[in-house]
Amino acid sequence: MSSPAQPKERTSHGTVEVKIPGRAEWVAVARLAVAAVASRLRFSVDEIEDIKLAIAEACTNSIQSAGGVDAGMIEIICEASEEELRCVVRDHSTGHKVEGTKATSLTEGRTEELGVFLIRALMDSVEYTPDTGRGTELIMTKRVLV
Amino acid sequence: MDIKVNVRESEGDAYVVDLTGEIDVYTSPKVKDAITELIDQEHYNLVINLEKVRYIDSTGLGVLIGGLKRVREHGGSVNLVCTNPQIKKIFDITGLVKIFGIFDDEQSAMKALV
Repeated sequence: MSSPAQPKERTSHGTVEVKIPGRAEWVAVARLAVAAVASRLRFSVDEIEDIKLAIAEACTNSIQSAGGVDAGMIEIICEASEEELRCVVRDHSTGHKVEGTKATSLTEGRTEELGVFLIRALMDSVEYTPDTGRGTELIMTKRVLV
Repeated sequence: MDIKVNVRESEGDAYVVDLTGEIDVYTSPKVKDAITELIDQEHYNLVINLEKVRYIDSTGLGVLIGGLKRVREHGGSVNLVCTNPQIKKIFDITGLVKIFGIFDDEQSAMKALV
């Protein structure tokens, strides 16, 4: 009888945490910081651009979910490993528009969902965790293709 | 991070909006204001030049879509000039290549206006 499969260990390169105020003018800082982390892995320039955009869309989602009022602080946690970059974007808003948007195609009438659509299209996996006491989390992963 | 917006009159009633920089949630209101002002002045044939745009996100796309919807109500059109492969890719994966005319140079974009 074979032994149960062990979870594959990730070779961690480290974790980087960035906090930005939940205001539009700070989103560029988040995307540039995450791009710097991504550039430490073996991503292509195009893949780094994908990650930058996905992070920016997640932060924008947090800001827009706050409905025009200050969204508080947005935390971005990047866990870099040999195999992937896992990014958690955490805020304290309640109304993310993440669920139910599939990366298939968009029509002209669904512009409000463009951001989520892009995140799903550009990243390899996307999970959404509603507020469980420590904030609402959007967790997205981009795998390193060898 | 900033966006520079330059509006100029071109052939016929057409106007060209030259954009330089990055279009995101912070800078897109400036782009929206420029497009809205042109439409409010009843200019419905627009070429938006994205050649010098390094980055665009969903808020930028939303502004372009909003402009297109408004000019179409008046029988107008919005054509884009875009050569940046990363930005072209975003138009491609969102399916927006089907609703915008996207051209490699301004002359072609002007020629294709309704």
